[in-house]
Amino acid sequence: MSHSKDAYYVPHGTKWPIVGSIGMLLLMVGASNWLNGNGNAKYMFYAGLLTLIFMMFGWFGLVIRESQQGMYNDQVGVSFRMGMVWFIFSEVMFFAVFFGTLFYTRMLVMPWLGGEGAGAATGEYLWSGFDAVWPNNGPANIGGDFDIIPAFDVPLLNTLILLTSGFTITMAHWALKKANQKGLVIWMALTVLLGCLFLYFQAEEYIHAYTELGLTMGSGIYGSTFFMLTGFHGFHVTLGTIMLFVIMIRSAKGHFSEENHFAFEGVAWYWHFVDVVWLGLFVFVYVL
Amino acid sequence: MPTTTHEDHHDHKPQGFLNRWVFSTNHKDIGTLYLVFALLMFFIGGSMAMIIRAELFMPGMQLVQPEFFNQMTTVHALVMVFGAVMPAFVGFANWMIPLMIGAPDMALPRMNNWSFWILPFAFSMLVSTLFMDGGAPAGGWTLYPPLVLQTGSSFIFAMFAIHMLGISSIMGAINVIATILNMRAPGMTLLRMPLFVWTWLITAFLLIAVMPVLAGAVTMLITDRFFLTSFFNAAGGGDPVLFQHIFWFFGHPEVYIMILPAFGIISEIIPTFARKPLFGYTSMVYASASIAFLSFIVWAHHMFTVGMPLGGEIYFMLATMMISIPTGVKVFNWISTMWRGSMTFETPMLFALGFVVLFTIGGFSGLMLAIVPADFQYHDTYFVVAHFHYVLVTGSVFALMAGTYYWLPKWTGHMYNERLGKWHFWLSVVFVNLLFFPQHYLGLAGMPRRIPDYSPQFADFNMLSSIGGFAFGLTQFMFVYIVWKCVRGGETATSRVWEGARGLEWTVASPAPFHTFETPPDIDDSMVAHGDHL
Repeated sequence: MSHSKDAYYVPHGTKWPIVGSIGMLLLMVGASNWLNGNGNAKYMFYAGLLTLIFMMFGWFGLVIRESQQGMYNDQVGVSFRMGMVWFIFSEVMFFAVFFGTLFYTRMLVMPWLGGEGAGAATGEYLWSGFDAVWPNNGPANIGGDFDIIPAFDVPLLNTLILLTSGFTITMAHWALKKANQKGLVIWMALTVLLGCLFLYFQAEEYIHAYTELGLTMGSGIYGSTFFMLTGFHGFHVTLGTIMLFVIMIRSAKGHFSEENHFAFEGVAWYWHFVDVVWLGLFVFVYVL
Repeated sequence: MPTTTHEDHHDHKPQGFLNRWVFSTNHKDIGTLYLVFALLMFFIGGSMAMIIRAELFMPGMQLVQPEFFNQMTTVHALVMVFGAVMPAFVGFANWMIPLMIGAPDMALPRMNNWSFWILPFAFSMLVSTLFMDGGAPAGGWTLYPPLVLQTGSSFIFAMFAIHMLGISSIMGAINVIATILNMRAPGMTLLRMPLFVWTWLITAFLLIAVMPVLAGAVTMLITDRFFLTSFFNAAGGGDPVLFQHIFWFFGHPEVYIMILPAFGIISEIIPTFARKPLFGYTSMVYASASIAFLSFIVWAHHMFTVGMPLGGEIYFMLATMMISIPTGVKVFNWISTMWRGSMTFETPMLFALGFVVLFTIGGFSGLMLAIVPADFQYHDTYFVVAHFHYVLVTGSVFALMAGTYYWLPKWTGHMYNERLGKWHFWLSVVFVNLLFFPQHYLGLAGMPRRIPDYSPQFADFNMLSSIGGFAFGLTQFMFVYIVWKCVRGGETATSRVWEGARGLEWTVASPAPFHTFETPPDIDDSMVAHGDHL
């Protein structure tokens, strides 16, 4: 542990956290009432969302200004990086829940419902004749018959897109380290484009599933796990693409130097994380 | 700018309520907010417990409807776990970790503010469910489907409140880890850190690892209820037992999240009042880490009766029993620290000793519950209730009380009233045992938990338990009075406060100045509390 004997840095107080809390409360209460069937509550939900977006602009803006003024020392940079790494770890655990659900369902629940194990008599008595083969929507055929999306089609294409975007963002990082601002912006723009392309294909895939394959969130456990995993991943790609876009704009404004570019690194790490999750999805949701 | 003198900065508190408390980036003020909030929640959750004990005072239905009784057991647990115990420990972390490692503040002070200021909003949402159509969630704090999915309009409010608590906890934990790993003064090596800092480092890791798991479980409940999914519905190929696995994968580390910082506090207090360095410092660190590791691989001992394969039952039984090894190391070390020490028995030490004895009783009943064939008898009885209240009330809460008395002079600059403090301890320790010890017998005799009525043979022990409950509850008003008096005035505290105290926090004035360690302090061996070199 070595750092300079310079004074520590402690930021001054700000209103943004409390603005964020109010936004979060509006968002959550609005969503709750909306889900409970009160249509007007959606305005409260949107108000909360806008407040949170306002908070992010204000809070990030403040931090960016302070960083540009050179107020932060190296120690602050390390704290930011640690924060990002542990945040990504929490996201890993969040996705682990849904992967775990998929494995548990396929490896244990399916055989049990089909009559294996100690509950064989229950299987026979309750779900007689149930064919416990994946993909499956349960003994009650919940959601009706459906087809699944073949892996070596659009999902393969999306895999290639995300892997390529991992390459382009690394190229952007190299450009940044060589102080090649033009290269940085171009590679960032390519990365954003690939993120958008992924989202476009994902949206097409969802439309195809809902309108033609009969595969919906309500298609029993297959639909549940499929849309939960790919949906949360798609949501993260959306956030990641927005973050990449912001970094692209900031790159164009010349915010980053060769040594000082935490925001770029944080977003790059996040993007790689999203990429790795997709590889897991491709293997376990689509291929196997 | 390393040249500013201390006098310049000490009293630069922000002016005005909003600036001081709502926009704060000061770890001491945010720590105080956490502690005050936790105390408030302790009394709100406690009043629910009083309603439960009042209804159980006699057989038959006296005071409340069964539905309301179930809401009380559910919300009492959620409020105590997420509102009282966890925020109280985060309050201690905020106040003490920077002082103990020579840091000026938490690593990410603004996020620290947000971690706290989510809590009042989340709990407003949670507690407001009591007043909704159909009342608050009543299916138990474990939220098992399909029962919890039958909750009325309050279901979604409670779920989103839990999401907010999770966000708050994760941000708080990230802050603790970044502070400990990045903000230590030069010379404060990992194996010189006070044990409280070590236990919080491990706790923070547990929090980041398992709060997202709870969030995932809650998210699946929401989609099962509102978005047609079948995660916990066997007809659709799902499984309600899956929820229990996920919940307890969160839930078991969660119970160590609530006890590891308590171990840390006790490990600070006992050496001070035994006037000896902590026995086996390094083994304490490894024991804490072992407990944390084991907490991830024992979850299904909460669900032995659910119908798991035999191999699973045996594995989870043996893995659970292994936890008693590192826990035994800890108890052994605390006792060895006291061995031939020059002991005095001020209030913090009394609570710490109460902790060691009573927590160990809770540990033993936990060992009994780990035995699969025995658990089939104990499961969902008052024996379980007695067990987890011994570890949570006489464990976590006693440690919080001990820590409060221990550091209160440092926080306020005044000594608390020692005589009243001792009364608080003795009344608490007598009544808490009257409250929870008979529940062991009730459980062994077969009284089920979460049921508002019972057959007459359980009457005597229930009445004793209720009397203990009311008296324990009333005794806690003494705590508020003592703390309040200490904040307002009292004998001036020295910076060292306790004769045997060691560690960086005792090198700053009492009360601790608003800003401390604006430049990294020089650490020498006489200042650190523990370490291999001692």
